[in-house]
Amino acid sequence: MTDTLKLSYYCPGDDFDRAGEASAKVKKALQRLGVPPDVVRRVAIGTYEAELNVIIHAGGGTVTAEVSGESTLITVSDEGKGIPDIQAALQEGFSTAPEYARQMGFGAGMGLPNMMKCSDEFNIESTVGKGTVITMRFCHRSEDL
Amino acid sequence: MAVEFFHSVTLQREKCQGCVACVKVCPTEAIRVRNGKAEIIGDRCVDCGACAARCPYHAYSVVTESLDRLQDHEYNIVLPAPSLYAQFPEKVARPTIWQGLRYLGFDEIFDVSLASEYIALEIEDYVKNYRGGRKPLISNTCPAVLRLIQVKFPELIKQVVPILAPTEAAAIYVKKEAAQRLRLAPEKIGVWAISPCPSKNTNIHQSVDVRDTQLTGSFSLSEIYGLLLKHLGEDEEIKVSTGSSYGLAWGAYGGELLSAGISHGLAVHGIDDVYDMLEQISMNKVPQLDYVECSACQGGCIGGILAAQNKFVAESNLRGRIRLLRQKEPADREKAMARSMTLKDFPSSKDHVKPLVPRPMMQLDDDIVTAMKKFERMEEVLSSLPGLDCGACGAPSCQGLAEDIVQGKAHEIDCIFKLRSSVHRLAQGMLELARQIPISHEPEKPKEER
Repeated sequence: MTDTLKLSYYCPGDDFDRAGEASAKVKKALQRLGVPPDVVRRVAIGTYEAELNVIIHAGGGTVTAEVSGESTLITVSDEGKGIPDIQAALQEGFSTAPEYARQMGFGAGMGLPNMMKCSDEFNIESTVGKGTVITMRFCHRSEDL
Repeated sequence: MAVEFFHSVTLQREKCQGCVACVKVCPTEAIRVRNGKAEIIGDRCVDCGACAARCPYHAYSVVTESLDRLQDHEYNIVLPAPSLYAQFPEKVARPTIWQGLRYLGFDEIFDVSLASEYIALEIEDYVKNYRGGRKPLISNTCPAVLRLIQVKFPELIKQVVPILAPTEAAAIYVKKEAAQRLRLAPEKIGVWAISPCPSKNTNIHQSVDVRDTQLTGSFSLSEIYGLLLKHLGEDEEIKVSTGSSYGLAWGAYGGELLSAGISHGLAVHGIDDVYDMLEQISMNKVPQLDYVECSACQGGCIGGILAAQNKFVAESNLRGRIRLLRQKEPADREKAMARSMTLKDFPSSKDHVKPLVPRPMMQLDDDIVTAMKKFERMEEVLSSLPGLDCGACGAPSCQGLAEDIVQGKAHEIDCIFKLRSSVHRLAQGMLELARQIPISHEPEKPKEER
């Protein structure tokens, strides 16, 4: 595909002042491009989840959006500690957050399942000690509003 | 297909000083200063009135009806809302206000707070029976918010409750009822609102959510207030059915939640806060909330730009009236409301509302590939701008100017800093040229340059 727009944003680890900036920028860009509003919303939600993950768990990472006429591909990659058991992490409710944090409503174990749910294609590759790469594809079909 | 949008907010060009104060506060970036005067981009304007509220020169005015229009109808009904009562201290009893309205030429008065209670019950019911869809639901009462959703948050349209605003419901009810009672053709009856804001007026002329609005027009609240001050009557025997304290509470933020008995809701008011909240809803960050009440004006309708009183004075007036009413009514919300709700055949929203239509205004081009090229160019232009968002170019921000440039509506040298550096480059070039003296005139000993 020749007509592709690529945007890249670095998200510094543990920087909660800037958390959400990358997904907000991706969202704005997609709105400018005229991607259907409901697709923009799904991209924003999925990207935000992934962005927060790299900020909280991976010491930072990169959010990349590749937009074509047909779809948006989001790649979120980090060089963090990696996920030992991906299958388990994909289960709803799976969480590594300590009990007290979960009682406060954090770490509900919905991050990855949510990303899967809101994207049309989802892929995750992770190596312990090396990092994680998540890709999500969102097709630009207009949904009825 | 271009749609012409009706707007109640208009600029009086001669008063505008081109100061960009309004440009900065517009939530949809719908204003630019061109040739020293503000210009509204009609497609983007949501009639919230933020520009009019901010303008230090009072250059914006809101188009409303003139009272002469009462002569066009055989019978005129006015719909006073809580925001009207809130203009007066609680010791000014409502009958004296009604008498004043009669003096102004209205034949009949229908109290909007009564309609609010029917609407409150519809909302309560809708929220209780809402299954499976995205949350929170968003209130439908502020037309400026509805328009903001159409323009900036079309993805939230499905979350807006399909329920009439109280004034609209009141108009539908009272016109039909009066036409039957008086044996008059409905078109001979004028039904008038007293509007605290431009957006309600706009929504009468071009409704985004009501299929068959029965409102004839609206008068400016401040204008009516001024006239009423001179004509508040002695307490005459005027009987008007009114709502309970719960219906009256709709005049200020939180009233909707209170009267609909929604415990897990939030009242958001002021256009910037509403924008912020809609952003959070769009990102699905508050799914635990059932309902969000939104009004574009700070404080709710009492904070509208057509209100005469300061919003805090109006709120304290309204709270005082609510307290007085509450002393006389059952403590229980449902019982208190049931006492006033005795109308027959009050209209049901589902027969009258129409779904909101998305009106996205953000995209750079209809064709995504062209939009991508424009986007890249825009980013390029943006990185060359100073990033001060000073507004001197007439756009709200450097980003806004970059967008205008790629859309061919502005030039890079509209930026005062770009202009200065261009002038600087030009001056250097001229200096360079000036130094090149023709060989025929070269002095014998060229002086050392400074």
